[in-house]
Amino acid sequence: MADVITYREAVAEGIAREMRRDPSVVCLGEDIGEAGGVFKTTAGLLKEFGRERVWDTPISEQAIVGAAMGAAMTGMRPVAEIMFSDFLACCWDYLANEIPKVRYMTGGQVTVPLVVRTANGGGLGFGAQHSQATENWALTVPGLKIAAPSTPADVIGMMAAAVRSDDPVVFFEHKGLLAAKGAPAPPGHVVELGRAAVAREGADVTLVALASMVPVALQAASLLAEEDIGVEVVDLRSLVPLDMATVLASLGRTSRLVTVEENPYQGGWGATLVSVVADEGFALLDAPVRRVAAECVPLPFADVLEEQVIPTVDKVVAAVRSLAAY
Amino acid sequence: MDTAELLALYEQMALIRRTEKAAHDLFLQGLVKGTTHLAAGHEAIAVGASAALRDDDYVFATYRGHHHAMARGATVEECLAELMSRATGLCKAKGGSMHLTKADANMLGSYAIVGAHLPMAVGAAWSARLRGTGQLAVAFFGDGATNIGSFHEALNLAAVWKLPVLFVCENNLYMEYTRIADVTAVPRPAADRAPAYGIPGEVVDGNDVVSVQEAVARLARRARAGDGPAVLEAETYRHFGHSRSDPATYRPAEEVERWLKHDPLDIARGRLIEAGVPEETVTAADGRAQTVVRQAIEAAKSAPPPDPREAFTDVWADGGAAWRT
Repeated sequence: MADVITYREAVAEGIAREMRRDPSVVCLGEDIGEAGGVFKTTAGLLKEFGRERVWDTPISEQAIVGAAMGAAMTGMRPVAEIMFSDFLACCWDYLANEIPKVRYMTGGQVTVPLVVRTANGGGLGFGAQHSQATENWALTVPGLKIAAPSTPADVIGMMAAAVRSDDPVVFFEHKGLLAAKGAPAPPGHVVELGRAAVAREGADVTLVALASMVPVALQAASLLAEEDIGVEVVDLRSLVPLDMATVLASLGRTSRLVTVEENPYQGGWGATLVSVVADEGFALLDAPVRRVAAECVPLPFADVLEEQVIPTVDKVVAAVRSLAAY
Repeated sequence: MDTAELLALYEQMALIRRTEKAAHDLFLQGLVKGTTHLAAGHEAIAVGASAALRDDDYVFATYRGHHHAMARGATVEECLAELMSRATGLCKAKGGSMHLTKADANMLGSYAIVGAHLPMAVGAAWSARLRGTGQLAVAFFGDGATNIGSFHEALNLAAVWKLPVLFVCENNLYMEYTRIADVTAVPRPAADRAPAYGIPGEVVDGNDVVSVQEAVARLARRARAGDGPAVLEAETYRHFGHSRSDPATYRPAEEVERWLKHDPLDIARGRLIEAGVPEETVTAADGRAQTVVRQAIEAAKSAPPPDPREAFTDVWADGGAAWRT
């Protein structure tokens, strides 16, 4: 086993492990076969598994996700790729109305064990229609599970959990993390959905982050350590199920909370998390809560403009510092 | 088709017709909430197609899907109980009129977003091919769905992957309240577009159960042989309006009269009489259907409402609904 693996390689490795294990796992999506995916996150799958397991589709997001749903209802475990998460809007009916509702509205007659994978988020200068962090879209829909790993090992472990899940999972792979390197995942690695990780321990402030915001939070924590501010970084890893137990336990140690979200402040997951804290953990708090989130403008193109809009290390440091001094 | 089979199809159509009438009456009595989209007039399509399918074939339908659920084995009582919000309903009273589903008969649902289920049927056909089962998937949809993007995406994907799926359009001339011809560039909204995807597009009298059965049987054989999907456009007519709130006054009286004379039950009855089946035999089938529906109404009326706790089950595969720890 290699010493390190990239996040990008981890995606393909995570899918391949499940395809080797379970013949009902099949992949479909635009350019995922010969091309190996526009982000090379499916590289090698066609070669190993052949055309009966890895299917190139037309640019037809409704057909991709709708067909994945039909296949999932009839004995397969499809892994569908929607190239950029912005394009989830093109098949939003399936994510909002069909996939998450069918089990409920049939009184439990039908299960939909599928994964919709998608490249999420900003930081690469793709402009307003290829850079959005859209996990908050999925969060508004009862019936979807939401995974958003931040490390290569988690990509593999959470992919295993997502593919094996009998419920539909939207799997957000962060574009800004694709080149990131990390420890490889041991054989049989499974990271259960709904289990947050404490990525760094600290006694003063809890910083809750997701996906690309985890390394931002960790960098901020390192800088703040030089000021003797101990920051505990919680990597949520999945939004549904949401691991409030880990968040509340961390607050029990720190009594201060900052969330770091790439999605816009309005309707972001941090708002939900903070509202639960206000409801159930108010007595744990010694300070107000702070949310560092994206501004409510479309993502601009230039780096200097994009940095204005999405959370940066500096913004996180400032938020934590203000709270530590409260 | 022999007369015994035709008589059985007639009885099934009579059962559906009387169930739809019951749904209408129960709505007026306040016992059916929400809305209903009745399929009276469309019976021959569901019944004729089902007669041509294998029991393990997959069926997907629209919010106007009572007839498809019943043609695939849902009982009248299950359906009426669902409409009447009873615990014994087909979907435990969580679906309602627009979502009748009988999964254990591979009737995989009725979908209330126009056109949404066409790609699902493609996926079920893809799955059947991957598993090598020889199963077919059938999507029943209305003429209005032919102007939705998913219709085109589904036809193209099914064609390019050469999947065993049939797209059966119930063309009842009206897209909700609007004539389909007023908003659609081609006269046969489904069949005319099939050639654009390199697949056959046929038109059939959707009120003649025998014609529908024969057409579906032919296209199903073709699809199972590996020759890919097909579109069948079945011409028919709604006896009621689009939904409960629609008196359908926009339809010309002579058009309504012409189509009511071309009733699927009358056509099947005429075929039976012509084949020498005694009138009393056909009437007896009607009587049996009437009895079943009457008993189903009483059974549904006396069934309990759902346990309120059922609101919090069936979101996830483990039966629960928890979104957090």
